Amino acid sequence: MLIPLLLGITLLTFSLTKALPGDPVLNMVGERAQIEVIEKIRKELGADKNVLSQYFGYISLLLKGEFGRSYYTNRKVFDDLLLKFPNTLKLALGAMIIAIPVGLLLGFISAYKKDTILDSLISSISVSGLSVPVFWSGLLIMLFFSLKLKILPPSGTGDIRFLVLPSITLSLPALATLSRVTRTMLIEIFDMPFITTARAKGITELKINSIHIFKNAFIPLITVIGLDFGSYLNGAVLTETIFGWDGIGRFTMDGIIKRDYPVIMGCVIVGTVIFVFINLLVDIVYHYLDPRVRLHENIR
Amino acid sequence: MKISGKISITILILVSLLSIFAPFISGYNPDSIDLDSLKETPSLKHLFGTDSKGRDMLSRILYGGRISIGIAITAALLSMSIGLIIGLCSGYFGGKVDVAIMAFVDLILSFPALLLAIGISIILPPGIYTVMIAIAAVGWASVARLIRGYILTLREALFIDAARALGCSNTRILFVHLMPQCIPLLLVIMGLKLGGYILTEASLSFLGLGAQPPTATWGSMISTNRAYISSAPWMVLFPGLMIAIVALCSNILGDALRNRYGLKIKG
Repeated sequence: MLIPLLLGITLLTFSLTKALPGDPVLNMVGERAQIEVIEKIRKELGADKNVLSQYFGYISLLLKGEFGRSYYTNRKVFDDLLLKFPNTLKLALGAMIIAIPVGLLLGFISAYKKDTILDSLISSISVSGLSVPVFWSGLLIMLFFSLKLKILPPSGTGDIRFLVLPSITLSLPALATLSRVTRTMLIEIFDMPFITTARAKGITELKINSIHIFKNAFIPLITVIGLDFGSYLNGAVLTETIFGWDGIGRFTMDGIIKRDYPVIMGCVIVGTVIFVFINLLVDIVYHYLDPRVRLHENIR
Repeated sequence: MKISGKISITILILVSLLSIFAPFISGYNPDSIDLDSLKETPSLKHLFGTDSKGRDMLSRILYGGRISIGIAITAALLSMSIGLIIGLCSGYFGGKVDVAIMAFVDLILSFPALLLAIGISIILPPGIYTVMIAIAAVGWASVARLIRGYILTLREALFIDAARALGCSNTRILFVHLMPQCIPLLLVIMGLKLGGYILTEASLSFLGLGAQPPTATWGSMISTNRAYISSAPWMVLFPGLMIAIVALCSNILGDALRNRYGLKIKG
């Protein structure tokens, strides 16, 4: 499943690259590149051959990590991406550390206190979290914590003090999604026959909650947490821009502002490939954790 | 429908009307520069203050609303139409057509949405239509998948058998018998997606891929004004508040519609 998907993704990005205004080879290496480099890429890309061989040339270039060079710095896009990736990873992890416990907690509270004021309060918070644009909430958080209270630096890349505010910003939509899903899932499980059975057997509420309910909610929740990683990648473009965090997101934004096509396409490809691999990882973990999924496969 | 849904749709209509009738409400030209009133705090003269070029924030927000809401609704209609037709065909014909279409849908959905939208928008000149196309080009896939799933449950229904027995053509069954069945579902999907489209539009114009200056959109206003966040916070506060309110109302409306029709869809 992975190989056709990656082929499809590269086919799509290849079509986008072809559709960019200007010469595709110049788009990849920049106008100021040396003639030899241009000729070399042109040869590898097979720009004079038909579209199909151009596509295979494109894939072989990608596999070699040749995403082209930035128009402005003339540096290899792939090298810069490698350099900036750890920063984005740090930010995503920071956001996850906040989003997962808070999201789960809010979801649990609102499921167990269903239809109370607390539940509606939490539900409104979650809907708001999904509706507020991160670049705006980020600016407000920055305004309050670093410009008014002056307790944390407003922007820059560095130690953990620089990481706190962007992580909070990036975690907001994710924790909102997580709390909504947790709530729905728990309420579904509450109504399932095996919970009634457990209760009828006289099992204590504590045991029902910890064994029957939690165990069943745990596996799907892992999937949600994993799949939500895409929202971190989306959010990173905006959050990193706001807080001047030197990751892939800000790199993308800089590329957009300068119309630096190789940079933008490189970021899109790398971001998507990361996203696809994480989804795959989630699938594998899911198969490993949930025996029912494996059972279905055997039947098939 | 729950009261929250009714309130949301009222607010949405109100904001749209204010934007449509912007010329009669604001009293200022949104793009006219007034060097005598730079960065004025909100007052009776300028309810939302003025920006760094002395332009009235209220009228910029109202005129910007035309573009932001207009793009989101157009993009929603576009992606609904594409998704509806493709989903109908995929679900009804099944077989190889279905496999091929769903493979393509999965491909689109395997991209992080905003990144793909960025990739699509850079190949076109920046502007309003680019944003519409980018949002619709990414958004139709999930619509198609939902519609297809729904059609799969309807395909074997008796009224379809009856229609076929009466000699209806495939086209007639698709567009006369199946399509109307999808309308409630489409309404719910539209409600659920509209908030996301508002946010995507705002994000793309924040990134400078949307309508170009001096035309104001809510996203681009935040982008250009964020340099003044500490000296003139209202310049960032109000446009963002509008995005948040409209997206929030759309999301609540979507939830309300979903509960109203008793449909199980993940937002």
